[in-house]
Amino acid sequence: MGHPQSAAAFLRDEAHARRHDESVWQVRQKRDAAARAVPDWEVLRERAEAIKAHTASRLADYLEEFERHATARGARVHWARDGEEHNRIVHAILAERGVTMLVKSKSMLTEECGLNRHLESHGIEVIDTDLGERIVQLTGRPPSHIVMPAIHMTRAEIGELFHRTLGSEAGLTDPVALTAAARRLLREKFLAAGAGLTGVNFAIAETGGIVVVTNEGNADMGTALPRVHIASMGIEKVIPRAEDLGVFLRLLARSATGQATSTYTSHFHGPRRGGELHIVMVDAGRSVMLGAAGFRRALHCIRCGACLNTCPVYRRSGGHSYAWVVPGPIGSVLAPAVNPLVHAALPFASTLCGSCADVCPVGIDLHHQLLAWRGELAAAGLVPAGKRLALRLAAWVFASPGRYALAGRLARLALRVLPARLSARLSGAWGRQRELPVAPAESFHERWRRTHGGA
Amino acid sequence: MITVALFVPCYVDQFYPQVAVAALQVLERNGVRVEFPDRQTCCGQPMANAGCADAAAPLAARFLRVFAGFEYVVAPSGSCVATVRHHYAPFLAGQPGFDHLVGHTYELCEFLHDVLGVRRVEGRFPHRVGLHRSCHGHRELRLASGSERMVAPFDKVRTLLGSIDGITLLEPSRPDECCGFGGTFAVAEEAVSCAMGRDRLADHERAGAEIITGVDTSCLMHMEGLARRTGRGVRVMHVAEVMAEAGA
Repeated sequence: MGHPQSAAAFLRDEAHARRHDESVWQVRQKRDAAARAVPDWEVLRERAEAIKAHTASRLADYLEEFERHATARGARVHWARDGEEHNRIVHAILAERGVTMLVKSKSMLTEECGLNRHLESHGIEVIDTDLGERIVQLTGRPPSHIVMPAIHMTRAEIGELFHRTLGSEAGLTDPVALTAAARRLLREKFLAAGAGLTGVNFAIAETGGIVVVTNEGNADMGTALPRVHIASMGIEKVIPRAEDLGVFLRLLARSATGQATSTYTSHFHGPRRGGELHIVMVDAGRSVMLGAAGFRRALHCIRCGACLNTCPVYRRSGGHSYAWVVPGPIGSVLAPAVNPLVHAALPFASTLCGSCADVCPVGIDLHHQLLAWRGELAAAGLVPAGKRLALRLAAWVFASPGRYALAGRLARLALRVLPARLSARLSGAWGRQRELPVAPAESFHERWRRTHGGA
Repeated sequence: MITVALFVPCYVDQFYPQVAVAALQVLERNGVRVEFPDRQTCCGQPMANAGCADAAAPLAARFLRVFAGFEYVVAPSGSCVATVRHHYAPFLAGQPGFDHLVGHTYELCEFLHDVLGVRRVEGRFPHRVGLHRSCHGHRELRLASGSERMVAPFDKVRTLLGSIDGITLLEPSRPDECCGFGGTFAVAEEAVSCAMGRDRLADHERAGAEIITGVDTSCLMHMEGLARRTGRGVRVMHVAEVMAEAGA
């Protein structure tokens, strides 16, 4: 099922779709208020974009600098070409140490790599510890949002899920009670796990340190209790200097949730005493994107989710309709790079309204990238043949004023003589929910000729 | 006297000629001499937005031939002007007359506000009007500051409309959310497109609008089509029609 069909299915439950739109829109409004409170917000965005562009221009150097400094601090750095290699590395670390349970804080990268499935197939239990991720893990479905993984569910649905899977009392809808129910069980997992895995929000080349941002403190629990800490990061997460961090931290939480800062910003500089820190750096198509001038800026993404929250299409179609780990505008730019055939509809799941580019804290020209993808897909023959043919035919008509005038006259005549219901039906997807325009007898061209003479 | 070439989007020409007539009146009332290059057809936006560069390129070249040599080109459309200004370069960069065309093609309100310096539209329009900020004019042409950007607020279309005697401009709760038209999106993503459009209509109605206006007839055609199908009372009018009727 492609995006249009999945979106239509999502919209069939009107009340649910409306609640989704409104709750996600609220986050956009919180972002507005938080951004407005920062003097020179736009300057901050420009600075962030400049730092990211600079970093991308010498990414290999900064990655090696990071590796040197991280290694000097006692971390072990691993390089993974793709998701599969990442999963093999993580599994080997766990297997060599006899770890049978892994606690994980939020990491979109491991979702991208399909780590959970890989480890589970090797008999290792994986527990997502971010509340939202835990919820979707219990449903067996992927997150529908990169910051709010369970935003597609209502509190009642979560209460029912917890009752069924965790044995909490039936009918819970209070968020505090629901959180408490999940937390009680998570505490046991934190204590029992042999290793903790976190994502990485920022890796600082200058210091070799990594920074993980959470609201629940679950990354800290998952790294303070087990002896082994594995940090998985995409290679685009490196920033040059510690002082650059201030730029991104001021933008990230405000853009993501409208908070001035996240509850926890955890800095890891080497392993804790007696422990191990493994940093797995994953390419998985990023270096190819780096080489594509038109799409390079997509690597600036700090995964704040602001473009999802503002996207009128995302809010009305839900994250699962994108059938890719990262939904919304940024996902629709990233997914075709992974597999253009499978994700060919995503760049068209947008009106190109441009709101995404204007909220993006790191200045990604998202709607222009979506447009560029349309061009790539059309050139590769991955746009439906009927659509291409119709547009070519239209272009042929428009190439000649005579053909254009004739086609216009015929279209207006048809609209005027055919019963409205029939022309609506003939217009296909336009006319199912919309009336067609009331056609005038005379075009502007014809009128001008009448009033001004001429050919 | 300034001379402009009026560029009339193809579907406006065929289905909404009254919008072009209104634009013509507004320009003439502001002391501009208007020519209408008769061989114009379509700027190629539908093809360009769908990624079909091979179909769009000849139409872009054609547009340059038809409109080269005019001092200004003005259209009652934000999205068609955005196509010329921002999306023609891959087809036409370096060709004679292209830089002039890009620098001198304006959306109607933008031309009135920026080139003619109009701040007051003469006339009276005693109606409750909701302003729909069509995305391409809004964000590609920067007709207004936009709700996303933390810059000094401005709104060229609102400034012009707000200067008309008797008009009551109403703001929907989401001031610049897309209506869901989106060209081929309206058909390819019918469900989302229509849901977005109905939400805009409801938002404007809640604000108390009897008329929804905007700079792009395409958005208005979409919202009007939805409104008529569901029997809603709200009407749509292009900003050119509002200004023309006010001054009549």
